[in-house]
Amino acid sequence: MAIALTESAEPPAQTTPDLPPEISGRSPWALAWRRLWRNRIAMAALVLFLLIITVSLVAPLYAHDVARVNPFANNLNGTTVINGHRVPLMQQGGGILKLGETPIGPTWDISHYFLGADQQGRDVMARLLYGGRSSLEIGIGSAVICCVIATVIALIAGYFGGLVDAVLSRLMDVIWAFPVFLLAISISTVLLTESSGLSIGPFHLVATSLWLPTLIIAFIYLPYVYRPIRGHVLSVSEKEFVQAGIAQGASDLRLIFSDILPNVVSVVIVLLPLMIATTILTESALSFLSIGVQPPNASWGTIISDGSDLLYTRPWVAIAPGIMIVLTVLSLNVLGDGVRDALDPRAKLRVEAG
Amino acid sequence: MSRAVRSPLRGRKLYTWSTAVAIAALVGAAGCGGSSGSSSSSSSSSATGAQKGGTYTILANSAFGVADPAQNYTLEQWQLLIDTHDGLVQFLRVGGTAGTKIVPDLATAIPTPTDGGKTYLFHIRKGIKFSNGQVMKPSDFVKTFERQFTVPGPTSFYAGIVGASKCSTKGCDLSSGVVADDQNYTLTIHLTAPDPEFLDKLALPFAYVVPASTSSKLTGNNVPPGTGPYLWQSYNPNTQAVLVRNKYFHVWNAQAQPAGYPDKIIEKYGQTVSDEVTAVENGSADEVFDGDVIPADRLNELNGQQFANQVHVNSLTADWYFAFNTRQPPFNNLKARQAVNFAADRNAYVKIGGGPSLAVPTCQILPPNFPGYKPYCPYTAGSDHTKWTGPDLVKAKALVKASGTAGMKVVVNTDIPDKALGEQMVSDLNKIGYKASLQALSGTIQYPFVQNSNNSKKWNIAWSAWYQDYPAPSDFLNVLTGCGSIHPGSDASPNIAAFCDNSIQAQMTKAENLGVTNPSAANGIWAQVDHAVTDQAPWVDLYNPKQIDFLSKRVHGYEWNPQWYILIDQQWLK
Repeated sequence: MAIALTESAEPPAQTTPDLPPEISGRSPWALAWRRLWRNRIAMAALVLFLLIITVSLVAPLYAHDVARVNPFANNLNGTTVINGHRVPLMQQGGGILKLGETPIGPTWDISHYFLGADQQGRDVMARLLYGGRSSLEIGIGSAVICCVIATVIALIAGYFGGLVDAVLSRLMDVIWAFPVFLLAISISTVLLTESSGLSIGPFHLVATSLWLPTLIIAFIYLPYVYRPIRGHVLSVSEKEFVQAGIAQGASDLRLIFSDILPNVVSVVIVLLPLMIATTILTESALSFLSIGVQPPNASWGTIISDGSDLLYTRPWVAIAPGIMIVLTVLSLNVLGDGVRDALDPRAKLRVEAG
Repeated sequence: MSRAVRSPLRGRKLYTWSTAVAIAALVGAAGCGGSSGSSSSSSSSSATGAQKGGTYTILANSAFGVADPAQNYTLEQWQLLIDTHDGLVQFLRVGGTAGTKIVPDLATAIPTPTDGGKTYLFHIRKGIKFSNGQVMKPSDFVKTFERQFTVPGPTSFYAGIVGASKCSTKGCDLSSGVVADDQNYTLTIHLTAPDPEFLDKLALPFAYVVPASTSSKLTGNNVPPGTGPYLWQSYNPNTQAVLVRNKYFHVWNAQAQPAGYPDKIIEKYGQTVSDEVTAVENGSADEVFDGDVIPADRLNELNGQQFANQVHVNSLTADWYFAFNTRQPPFNNLKARQAVNFAADRNAYVKIGGGPSLAVPTCQILPPNFPGYKPYCPYTAGSDHTKWTGPDLVKAKALVKASGTAGMKVVVNTDIPDKALGEQMVSDLNKIGYKASLQALSGTIQYPFVQNSNNSKKWNIAWSAWYQDYPAPSDFLNVLTGCGSIHPGSDASPNIAAFCDNSIQAQMTKAENLGVTNPSAANGIWAQVDHAVTDQAPWVDLYNPKQIDFLSKRVHGYEWNPQWYILIDQQWLK
């Protein structure tokens, strides 16, 4: 915001007519990047997000070479080392009755169950990192798929208008009419009972595939992305340069992809980080309800679900993935705001008007 | 025919009538009434200091659904119905092994069946009134039994009554099978075939008498009047059920229906089980409903000195198991099934079930302390085949190799709350060379899903659990592994494994027939059947669970009946 204010307050370039304007020759993208680069908070968010991605990517390295555990296999009879002593991962309740089995808590030793074990004796830290991979893969994957498909549909609907627009828009309205989680739960439940998987043409998905939650989440958010993009396409389609193209006999494909798309892509880019944040939250919620990522895979949502039975005795099992979700969503939202400020001219207008 | 859908650590709460055979609940260990935790847990109800009065408050996570006793098939309601209604006979209302004995309730005595075990003549007590003041007559029983068929619900218990085969929800006439004589106060029941378990079935709440004027249709949340010491003042599944004293009640047989101690019994719904524990700890409620399984991370509190004497732990006559799909490879192969039995690390399953204080590993179908039970475990490391001591992976791998099924894909089916068990099974299967994956379904879907043969190509081994309806071996062996319990295309096919061995079935039939005249000899045959079925390995038996009752400090006189579990109205408040 401050950057935008500064820019709008700068005197016009005509004051020094003998010198070329300082920013001449810079593309709108370069300008946007410069604005983003100068937005320290947004850049900090970007760094945080990249850090989370990096940490998640090293999950196999951590599990195999540091912790030396298999985070996907039950290890109820396993042991680990705490302060030089070998102890069982699952500890029988004490006292008079000896009821229950409690997993060990955090050891704060990076190579030995740093965050403790879950109720199946699995290393929470290793699962947290693998969970990050799943959550990010699904979150980013579903947001990208959703944005791409929604953009294509919005371009077609907005450009052709009339009956095409009416049909596509009503189709989106039908999807929109379903409560997001109810729709996701319904689709997931149906697909998960098909042990042989789901076949769509040449593609075959098994119930444990990460593609299932990815596609489900991408599907349920289509109308949420479609609507703003379609609105923008409708607006751009009325611009003179598009009308000129039509008058010159340019093909529909050329007009859509060469003239209109470049003018709406900024909207998609602004939406993308916000959508990723939303889809990560949705994935976590679905996985928490056990209808997202399927065992033995982990996601932050499944780890929170595992930890919900241990909130009193082993709170870190639920808190750690919760923190990761908060940091990820926060970083994406802040980054999304930064990208919007950098790309969306309305942001500047708002500041100028103020 | 009852089946729980939650693990002991996560709440065995959902026992709802949803199919013809119902996902239901009931009952405990014949002869395992010994409870741990409280030194006074098995004390007699006539213990000194017993006093009437007060309001006993139970907290349950959710209500038990529709309250019509002709339909409801839940432990949660049955524990209350035994205090408000009576049948011809009843299980002895005491704790411990004696609690499985059948005693006369509204009948004056237990009749000896005549006509080759097909006719029962009951003499009915006089001078007993329903809670609405109406006099109870033998003809009320006719309507009670007919409602079993006109109200949608489990019908199989009384399908053997003459005339029942023509009954449906559209109408029922049992005048030839249930003959009432209101003049002489007798009731004669004619069966189409001898049934050694008929008296057990008469002791279930389905057979508890309601007035003849009761609608033939479902009464919804209105419970028809009964004859017990309490009456249903109100029931709202969203808030609470309230039982108050029935002013028309008098004690006619304290063994079957003693007077209760609290003046009022309230069961409140809607809290999390963890909150229920907190409320009982604070003394603002008296009982965590024993079908609500206390979360694992609250158990440490209960282990401590402060609350340990408010906790009671009892063994249940129940099995937690995985059933093989014997219709499909690889588990249509006996060696493959036996291999998994040898590989199953029951110690790990016990830990998931709450540890050795809450679960005991087993290999066989019948639970301990049950009629016909003789310890048997052929699938263990070591040479002692009376108990499980550890997995034998060498034997397991050799059997897999011999079966020719190594490397095959296996789908392990569980419900979502018990997916930890499924993940352990995946791990056990992968250890011996299968490629296993987990299919975790919603708790409400999973049980009918695995029962229905139309889904049999979608899974290979499925988790399930079974709690006795009444203490009879056939309630496990015949219901769960008998040829007659396979109903293709039905959601109510309790023989999930679709296991059918004609020679074993012949033995079961022999034991059932012998049970009419010589129950002891029949139990000997049932023991052989149990071992024979175990050898054929239609299941991987995991463990027999135990149950926790957590009560407030002011509750005294706790008793645990193997049929009804906690005897609510036999406790007093101080």
